Amino acid sequence: MPTHKTLAATGNQVVAEAMRQCAPDVMAAYPITPQTTIVEEFAAFVAKGRVHTEYVTVESEHSAMSACIGASAAGARVMTATSSQGLALMWEELHIAAGMRLPIVMANANRALSAPINIHCDHSDIMGARDTGWVTYFAENAQEAYDNTLMAVRVAEHPEVMLPVMTTLDGFITTHSIDRASVMDDESVKAFVGEYQPRNPLLDMEHAVMHGSFAGLGGPYFEFKKQQRIAMENARTVIKDVGAEYSILSGRPFDVVEGWGMEDADVAIVVMGSTAGNVRHVARGLREQGAKVGTVKIRVWRPFPYAELARALKGVKAVAVLDRAESFGAEGGPLFCEVRSALYDAVDRMPVVDYIYGLGGSDVKLELIERVYGDLADIAAGSAAPATLTYLGAREEA
Amino acid sequence: MQQLTEIRWHARAGQGAVTAAKVVAETALAADQYPQAMPEYGPERMGAPIKAFTRISSVPIEIHCNIENPDIVVVLDDSLLDIVDVAEGLADDGIVIVNTCTPPEQVRAKLKIPQGARVACVDASGIALDTIKRDIPNTPMVGALIRLTGVVDMDAFKQLLAKNLSKKFGQEMIDANWASVDRAYEEVTVA
Amino acid sequence: MKWDISQIGSWTYKDFPPGAVIPEAGNSVAYVTGGWRSERPWRDDEKCTQCLLCWIVCPDSSIKVADEKVTTFDLDHCKGCGICSQVCPVDAIQMVPEGCDLPEVK
Repeated sequence: MPTHKTLAATGNQVVAEAMRQCAPDVMAAYPITPQTTIVEEFAAFVAKGRVHTEYVTVESEHSAMSACIGASAAGARVMTATSSQGLALMWEELHIAAGMRLPIVMANANRALSAPINIHCDHSDIMGARDTGWVTYFAENAQEAYDNTLMAVRVAEHPEVMLPVMTTLDGFITTHSIDRASVMDDESVKAFVGEYQPRNPLLDMEHAVMHGSFAGLGGPYFEFKKQQRIAMENARTVIKDVGAEYSILSGRPFDVVEGWGMEDADVAIVVMGSTAGNVRHVARGLREQGAKVGTVKIRVWRPFPYAELARALKGVKAVAVLDRAESFGAEGGPLFCEVRSALYDAVDRMPVVDYIYGLGGSDVKLELIERVYGDLADIAAGSAAPATLTYLGAREEA
Repeated sequence: MQQLTEIRWHARAGQGAVTAAKVVAETALAADQYPQAMPEYGPERMGAPIKAFTRISSVPIEIHCNIENPDIVVVLDDSLLDIVDVAEGLADDGIVIVNTCTPPEQVRAKLKIPQGARVACVDASGIALDTIKRDIPNTPMVGALIRLTGVVDMDAFKQLLAKNLSKKFGQEMIDANWASVDRAYEEVTVA
Repeated sequence: MKWDISQIGSWTYKDFPPGAVIPEAGNSVAYVTGGWRSERPWRDDEKCTQCLLCWIVCPDSSIKVADEKVTTFDLDHCKGCGICSQVCPVDAIQMVPEGCDLPEVK
């Protein structure tokens, strides 16, 4: 069994540590706040000889992901990290990495998108990459960011999956906060992630292959997309299997949907990322006062755990979704649309209400969460649910 | 010690508030506590007023929001007293610790603080100039913090300080830093 | 390895190599593109100085050369673009309509 070391470290530090332990062959990256300290720390590991990675400095995120794609097609284990505008600039390559079935692992420091310019946390960037075909994890804290990174390598490189994986952590809140986290010893991580066995590597001169071919009109483009869909479906099982295996090593439970107080909850909040902790903290307090409240944290965003979510919310009288991103013109934020869709087949459909919160790093005060639970209690007691989404904590006219 | 202690740091960017928040968190970890330390980042540059936060708890910390009702406020630069409400939201039995030559009674008069709260002052910059020969008040301020709150252990803090300093400096610098901590511990006064 | 694509027209998602990888490099030689041609090149061996410019510029590698001399055209892959004719410094290559019965054209 592994030995564990407890650190007081930032989320970015433990992600860089996890990446070092996974020993990628290639990292191609470009700095961007608040991700920079991941690749900075990793570059220091390379400079000190603590990891033998070909570290490629590039002139943009567009180039970073392009270099990652080339290296991955060549047969390398590849990792990188980005954030916000950087992720947006990678957009076309994100689709290419997934379509070429390259198991690149990337950390994303969740940050708002311009305009106006803002460097702080929300999920706008990651939601823009929602449909690119990447498996996507969310971390509540530094510990989960570390754990997700190690599991991501296994999921990405699994023969039944072979898809790129993004592990996300909330910008500044998780990336730059010092938190208590436990890391495994190098040997145990090495044994867990294993040696990467590339499929059809370009650098295998004995078996020359071609990557990046054309599948145009009348060609099998449609069939390749179906392959991607099936690989993403396969990831559901692989994520759980890898999570179960990792839980034994780490001693920390893992599930794609993690409930708290859901055994007998009357009302529940669905949330992703660091705010899950704030919600659980408030729920704990309300439980002490006798209120039957619960919360459901989504830890894996793609593939979306709709069946698990519907199970977790069974019997609840009212549900609130906290969305840290907008989908302008949609009925609600991206998470809301998924949650409502997941509940469509429920026998007893309950009201589901949406709150847009924390955009651009707006502080998620505990009283905001208390307000949401208050609204839910009213709805569960028979009050009409609001017809539209609520901007939670935004200044209102008097 | 109570279950959760919340510290808010006020400083100007470059004075080492973030580093101090971090070292206090590391010291707490060494005592098997759960620490959390985060700066309130913005586009500030050297000299701009900044805030940083430290939480120390005997149980895992779940919350990720700014500290609005601190138990302890540490002010690394007394020029901030005129432009920032450093005591905002201070707990009724809280404490404000200021790096200043001004006596605590006078500082208290300037601040809007609860009746039961304390104000403590120490000339951390003067001590730093005497001992470390540079105006880096963060280290002596932790000495004063430990004296007044016992939030972390003095020996554990000094050991960690030595470990961090030894990466770049020799024993002389470690001794100077230790001296600054000890002097602030002794010289801090309360009103 | 020999990649059998004879049934590719009826392949489903299960049959294609993931990621649209072509697992057999160089198999484009089996793809006959000569049928795309509306004009074919014809070379006058008398005029030709064997400068090999046509060989350099041909985008389909369809100028056949032996012992550093142009011998003929690979009409399985020549698409009739006419670049060889354009660059020939001594006008030794002419484009003639496809189907024109010229015994010299091989």
